[in-house]
Amino acid sequence: MNLSNGCNKEMLKLKHLILASLILLVVHTNVRSADGKLLATPGVSQVEGSAGGGIVPWAQLAGYASREQISGSGYCSKVSVDDFALNVCGVQANFFDRVEVSYAKQSFEVKPLNTDLKQDIVGAKVRLYGDLVYSKWPQISVGIQHKSLKTETIAFALGANKKSDTDFYIASSKLHLGAVAGYNWLWNVSLRHTQANQMGLLGFGGEGKNKQWLLEASTAVLMSRHIAIGMEFREKPDNLNLGEDHWRDVFVAWFPNKSVSVTAAWVDLGSIAAINDQTGWYLSVTGYL
Amino acid sequence: MNTIKILIAIVFCTLTSCVSLSTDNKQTLYQELGGETGIENIVDDLINEIGNDQQIFHYFAKADITHFRQGLIEHFCAISNGPCEYTGDNMIDIHTGMNVKETDFNHLVDLLINAMDQNNVPHSVQNQLLAKLVPLRKDIIYR
Repeated sequence: MNLSNGCNKEMLKLKHLILASLILLVVHTNVRSADGKLLATPGVSQVEGSAGGGIVPWAQLAGYASREQISGSGYCSKVSVDDFALNVCGVQANFFDRVEVSYAKQSFEVKPLNTDLKQDIVGAKVRLYGDLVYSKWPQISVGIQHKSLKTETIAFALGANKKSDTDFYIASSKLHLGAVAGYNWLWNVSLRHTQANQMGLLGFGGEGKNKQWLLEASTAVLMSRHIAIGMEFREKPDNLNLGEDHWRDVFVAWFPNKSVSVTAAWVDLGSIAAINDQTGWYLSVTGYL
Repeated sequence: MNTIKILIAIVFCTLTSCVSLSTDNKQTLYQELGGETGIENIVDDLINEIGNDQQIFHYFAKADITHFRQGLIEHFCAISNGPCEYTGDNMIDIHTGMNVKETDFNHLVDLLINAMDQNNVPHSVQNQLLAKLVPLRKDIIYR
């Protein structure tokens, strides 16, 4: 058991190393990459793999692809709160700014039990209408996130019904040029149909509980072409009757160029598995091709 | 919870101080862009950027640069509430038959930002000019 755990950790380290190398490669060589959007406007990568903020999927599709381009991106994020830590790495592809597909691997460290929970998420998003910057009305997209929990024992012990499920969401985003004292203002509102407990890391559903529509929202101000500051909110279900709290964060994102972004945030995840007041930090790096 | 309150307070203080800064000077966008000279310099640098750009130069290869320069200066002047009236053709007529791709239009916006950067146009002023120009994209691309 210890051996396999050790192996998994080594594998994860290896993956992080590969991704970090890829990102460095992108930064240091002049790879001709998709560049058809304004700097910073695609946003970053949320913890379930979709383009978005840190915790909310946005209507924007990942990367800088415009209607004539294809882009790829990869990212790793770490969230560290008092008794838990989430490591996630993923990849995204954007086809002609119409379809986004994504894949993310999550590893969730439960410090009090000295164990890791693992989940894979396959996502797809379709832009239905508009352009974040250029259209009169907000950009609208719909998406799914199909989640497979690989370590279901704890989830079932806590009362979850399923170890695999699919979230559906509809997202709308708009960037208002010069809206706040000349600074660009971005907002996103998403509605998610879900029964995932702590994103799915504690399984799906609970006794007598059904899927429900939950609200997620983000807002940011771009202080320059390169720096965005903002905050997010994500409503959560409480299917396991453990007092699962809504999530919040306040973030700063840095976009030095169209090849890389770095995001840092302060996060408040509330109660996780009945352990209260889980606050801490989030750090994420995305590389774009 | 206290940390988040402090951070929110910082965000809002930053924003409100920006608001009071911008209301202090009640210049028109035209004046903030540097008036006639400012706009001429921006347009000249933009033409220079286009001339050196492999991606979109082909759209302009056959254009009468003097005519294009005058039209763009007049357009920027009029759109930023300056003392000009735009007398050129409308955007749809100019671009019909050019089949301007979205990628290339968005690239032109990047070049315009470069040109404004070269002229030290403040970030907030840049955004206000972009906000005036953005609604025109639908009349320009894929025509």
